[in-house]
Amino acid sequence: MEIDPFIFRLSIFILSIFVGYYVVWSVTPSLHTPLMSVTNAISSVIIVGAIIAALANINGEVFTSSSLFGFFAIMLAAINIFGGFLVTQRMLAMYKKKKKDKK
Amino acid sequence: MSANLSAVFYLISGVLFILALRGLSSPETSRQGNLFGIIGMIIAISVTFLSVGNFSSGFIYVIVILLIGGAIGAFIAYKIPMTAMPELVAGFHSLVGLAAVFVAIAAFINPGAFNLGSPGNIKLASLIEMSIGAAVGAITFSGSVIAFLKLQGIMSGAPITFKGQHLLNALILISIIVLTYLLCSTQSSNLFWILIAISFLIGFLIIIPIGGADMPVVISMLNSYSGWAAAGIGFTLENTALIITGALVGSSGAILSYIMCKGMNRSFFNVILGGFGGTDQISTNQNKEQRPVKSGNADDAAFLMKNASSVIIVPGYGMAVAQAQHALREMVDTLKKNGIKVSYAIHPVAGRMPGHMNVLLAEANVPYDEVFELEEINNDFANADVAFVIGANDVTNPVAKTDPQSPIYGMPVLDVEKCKSVLFVKRSLSPGYAGIDNDLFYKENTLMLFADAKKMTEDITKNL
Repeated sequence: MEIDPFIFRLSIFILSIFVGYYVVWSVTPSLHTPLMSVTNAISSVIIVGAIIAALANINGEVFTSSSLFGFFAIMLAAINIFGGFLVTQRMLAMYKKKKKDKK
Repeated sequence: MSANLSAVFYLISGVLFILALRGLSSPETSRQGNLFGIIGMIIAISVTFLSVGNFSSGFIYVIVILLIGGAIGAFIAYKIPMTAMPELVAGFHSLVGLAAVFVAIAAFINPGAFNLGSPGNIKLASLIEMSIGAAVGAITFSGSVIAFLKLQGIMSGAPITFKGQHLLNALILISIIVLTYLLCSTQSSNLFWILIAISFLIGFLIIIPIGGADMPVVISMLNSYSGWAAAGIGFTLENTALIITGALVGSSGAILSYIMCKGMNRSFFNVILGGFGGTDQISTNQNKEQRPVKSGNADDAAFLMKNASSVIIVPGYGMAVAQAQHALREMVDTLKKNGIKVSYAIHPVAGRMPGHMNVLLAEANVPYDEVFELEEINNDFANADVAFVIGANDVTNPVAKTDPQSPIYGMPVLDVEKCKSVLFVKRSLSPGYAGIDNDLFYKENTLMLFADAKKMTEDITKNL
């Protein structure tokens, strides 16, 4: 009997939850704010769905009701992707170790 | 691009996202981790363009919109002050939620684009996944908007409660499930719109009763929701990158919520049901007798610290409000010049989001190896000469260890009272968020410094 592809996706999903569980517990508490901003940025990979929706033109029309929702979603996700990664970078750049030669 | 090849690339970007989170295990590897995340995102977006293979005029529009959104995001990222980080994260969560709703709507209107069937005849599994993605996305959106308004101070941070609130919420949650079932059997678009509308409503209703200082839990919870929404959409689109990311973000947010709840010794449900720190709890404190308090000025504080050999700083949300982190670091620099050992003690729920204090101290150029978590530093208070509490309150209250009647009993607190002397910078004797008096104010070895945190710190530096 053939296995439904859904089961494969479900397996990936469940295993990823466990990967996430162990990876996140190893994140140092002082970096919890950057953790939130970076998870925010990567969850905007939802832009993939938005691009598919925006580019699925029916009968050669660029703007249909469904593609418009796609365009809106691209806009929102793009704000998040750039904003999320850049603000994370800005924060991480501030974490410095004690300098050996004190002024 | 063949479907198999693009699936492999989506898997690669999923793995890069895992590495991005892995990098955060230490500040040294974190910057590299962020780079992995960016590469993963670029791969996912490029592969999508190649596999759709539509480079007509629509492609130009997509690129333009992508760049406009990107420019707005970059602008915000560079302009935002570090003290506003909780608001920013809440705002960003709302965007992910809304994007998930929009993608689900697009898939519902034009399922053909995603190989999900035709309008009115969408595959059952896809329809369920779509509804979950849309509902969770809508809850994330409206919940985050409320969290944002509360953090920004546009809306009062006080809990908003009314009679029958929990019953109403329960009814709405049940109706979401019923609607999803009906939607699957009828494929009616009206039901789909109603489902989204009441999901927006419930997101709004579940956040309004939660008070300002419980925001760390709320933000982490919404972080988790945004992940589950992405995963729901990932199942609809049969996209591995989205499924992996959704699961990662979902579990990350859930763990952070757990850590925050543990930091307050409260159950997740206790926080979610809300109303904590409401008016009824505060009123019980008014019949307490007036107790004597020792108060001092910057001169006294400077004298105490100058004669100390080790000082522990306990920052809290008040420091963020007063923007006192830079002034604080200048004070510490002066102390260090006098050969005094200084370290920082951070309570897990200090501030308005997980890790809030650490970011502010990092912004003020405090080296991260001088900043310690509760468990690492709590034993050191007994050997320290001065504890300098700036903007923190409930997290230092010894009542949590002594009085089983107290609402914060059992909450892990910093053992500030074990220090030889305690300096408490605060504007007044008013109780903290939990609505209870802090015993520490009245201790023999406590000196209250009634002033704005920033001004007081600057004055102390002058007197050192």
